[in-house]
Amino acid sequence: MDIFNVPFWTFVAVIAGIYTIFALGLYVQYALTGLPNFGHVAFAALAAYTMAILVIRFASPMPLAALAGLLVAVAFSFVLGIPTLRLRADYLAIATVAGGEIVRYLALNLQGLTGGPLGSIGMLGPTKLAQYNGPWDALIRRIVDALKESSIFAPVASRDFAMLLIVWPLALLLLLVFWLMARSPWGRLMRAIREDEAAAAAVGKNVFRAKMQALALGALLGGLAGLLLAWQIGIVTPDDYQPTFTFYAYLILILGGTTRIWAIPFGAALFGLLYSGTRFLNFFPLSLFDSGERAYLRLLLVGLLLIVLMAVRPQGLLGNRRQLLLQ
Amino acid sequence: MRTFAFPAEWPLAGKRRTTVGIVAAIVTLALVAAVVSPRADFAQFAQLVVNGVITGSILALAGVGATLIFGIQRIANFAHGDFLTIGAYAAFVVNSLLGQNLALAAVGAMAAVALFAVVAHFVLFRPLRGRGTVALALISVGLGLVIRNGIAIVAGSEIRRFQVSQSDVIELGVVRLAPGQAVAIAVAVIVAPLVGLFLARTRVGKRMRAVADNRDLAAVAGIDIERIAVYVWILAGALAGLAGVMLGLEQGTFDPNMGVGPLFLIFTAVVLGGIGSAYGALFAGLALGLAMELSTWDGFFGGLDAKYKPVLAFVVLILLLLYRPQGLLGRARIL
Repeated sequence: MDIFNVPFWTFVAVIAGIYTIFALGLYVQYALTGLPNFGHVAFAALAAYTMAILVIRFASPMPLAALAGLLVAVAFSFVLGIPTLRLRADYLAIATVAGGEIVRYLALNLQGLTGGPLGSIGMLGPTKLAQYNGPWDALIRRIVDALKESSIFAPVASRDFAMLLIVWPLALLLLLVFWLMARSPWGRLMRAIREDEAAAAAVGKNVFRAKMQALALGALLGGLAGLLLAWQIGIVTPDDYQPTFTFYAYLILILGGTTRIWAIPFGAALFGLLYSGTRFLNFFPLSLFDSGERAYLRLLLVGLLLIVLMAVRPQGLLGNRRQLLLQ
Repeated sequence: MRTFAFPAEWPLAGKRRTTVGIVAAIVTLALVAAVVSPRADFAQFAQLVVNGVITGSILALAGVGATLIFGIQRIANFAHGDFLTIGAYAAFVVNSLLGQNLALAAVGAMAAVALFAVVAHFVLFRPLRGRGTVALALISVGLGLVIRNGIAIVAGSEIRRFQVSQSDVIELGVVRLAPGQAVAIAVAVIVAPLVGLFLARTRVGKRMRAVADNRDLAAVAGIDIERIAVYVWILAGALAGLAGVMLGLEQGTFDPNMGVGPLFLIFTAVVLGGIGSAYGALFAGLALGLAMELSTWDGFFGGLDAKYKPVLAFVVLILLLLYRPQGLLGRARIL
């Protein structure tokens, strides 16, 4: 494939926008409040699966199904948060790892409900292809048609480009909202908890409630990213919600600058570039690996990058060390 | 290390006897239900006990290592599941490529993972000590990704199996075992008590427990913490390697992602036993393995569908964190 392939990079840009929203959820939990969530992917998976199941099985209208998906994601954050947020941070980490794994396990094994390994396409049994994307595709098609009418966008009008016009404004709006929130007294409380929980409790703040708010808001954003991903791809399968998805978000945060909210889109773009760009690295010596092996090499590099960045620059590439006094 | 004290009214703090009572009551109830139930099938029960001991020993051996590492260096090692995978692949090399028997393969696996763990300690975790649990946990996550995908690149991502007969059946009374399972249960019955004895009776074992329990106090008492930390990584690696071989034998096949699924079960065993408590993890791993297998017994109210076994473990973990985060037998203290 040619490096200057517009449709391909449009697709990458859409995914980067979705990752921005996903990582923003982790920003609220981890960077702002200091909550280590290692199962962020569970929120995305729960929202996407709930939406798909409601639309396919119960013919529920899309907005209602999407709302239910977000609610389920937030409800799950309470399941994980209520037992652990009074304890040391590592208990939350363990619970979230378990939560992420159990959601994927159930998606894989409750074949009757989730379609099993086939995902949403198998929800109505092996003989009938199940689709949830009808209403969303109709919306996208209407945008594409409108784009084709206009003189400027006609050459680039495509499904992915329409998606781009939805995802990125939404991502930027959410960034703005949470930037304002992080600067508000609420945001200061979250940072205070991150730096010294006991001090925040000592001045009369309800630390548990504040942490629960951060976890639930993060779950909401994670769920939203899961919905957008499900609409973009058009199918929900357990493989889309591997545990590694969570760590992409960590890498995005760290690549950007952990405590800088406006660095998240840059982190996401950089990650998208690194992640998708590696498929163009087919020259020697990388040509020694076949394409299947290169997928593993890519994940290996993600792990290596995570180790090196956490070891050398835990505040992120653009971050400010003084703002990250985590422990 | 920031700590956060609980309010005095924290549920069940220090009420150790109550918990033991509750557990005893549940066990009694289950046994009564089992005897009364018309569908009780004791051959199946015996089979499940055997499976439970295998699963339980895997969790116990891996859990002891994970809990000691946590106790000594405050690392929630998210690469611990992948340590098991290294063990399985090291054994595969000795067993299938070099054509040696499984016992030698298991020794090779233990040595390989112990070496890997020590290298990880010196290269990664010791220099980065004091970074805080969250940063170290993320680093161990990165390590896990490197291990998993490194194995996939070097050894290929296809499904592997050990050189043991897949069709033979060994009958022990009412219990039927595949040869691989027989090896696993033999290892389980021998090694788990040995580890317990090692921790209870030897100087190094006692020191490991002392450092894991209270690092500062152990240091004041004259224990060389740096040396004990190295020993802990060796022990944790060796046990994880052995557990990996057993997991490979129990499942029959394995691939580079083998360690991903058991990780949260290992952590559940660690929390169940009380984080940092080696005996606790040994006991809790066995208990969790047995509970997961026995929950599928027909005599137990018709038996849980086998696919809900991990869900049971998850529910146990959440309830535990809710009511007894210090572990079933642990003392309440600052968590």
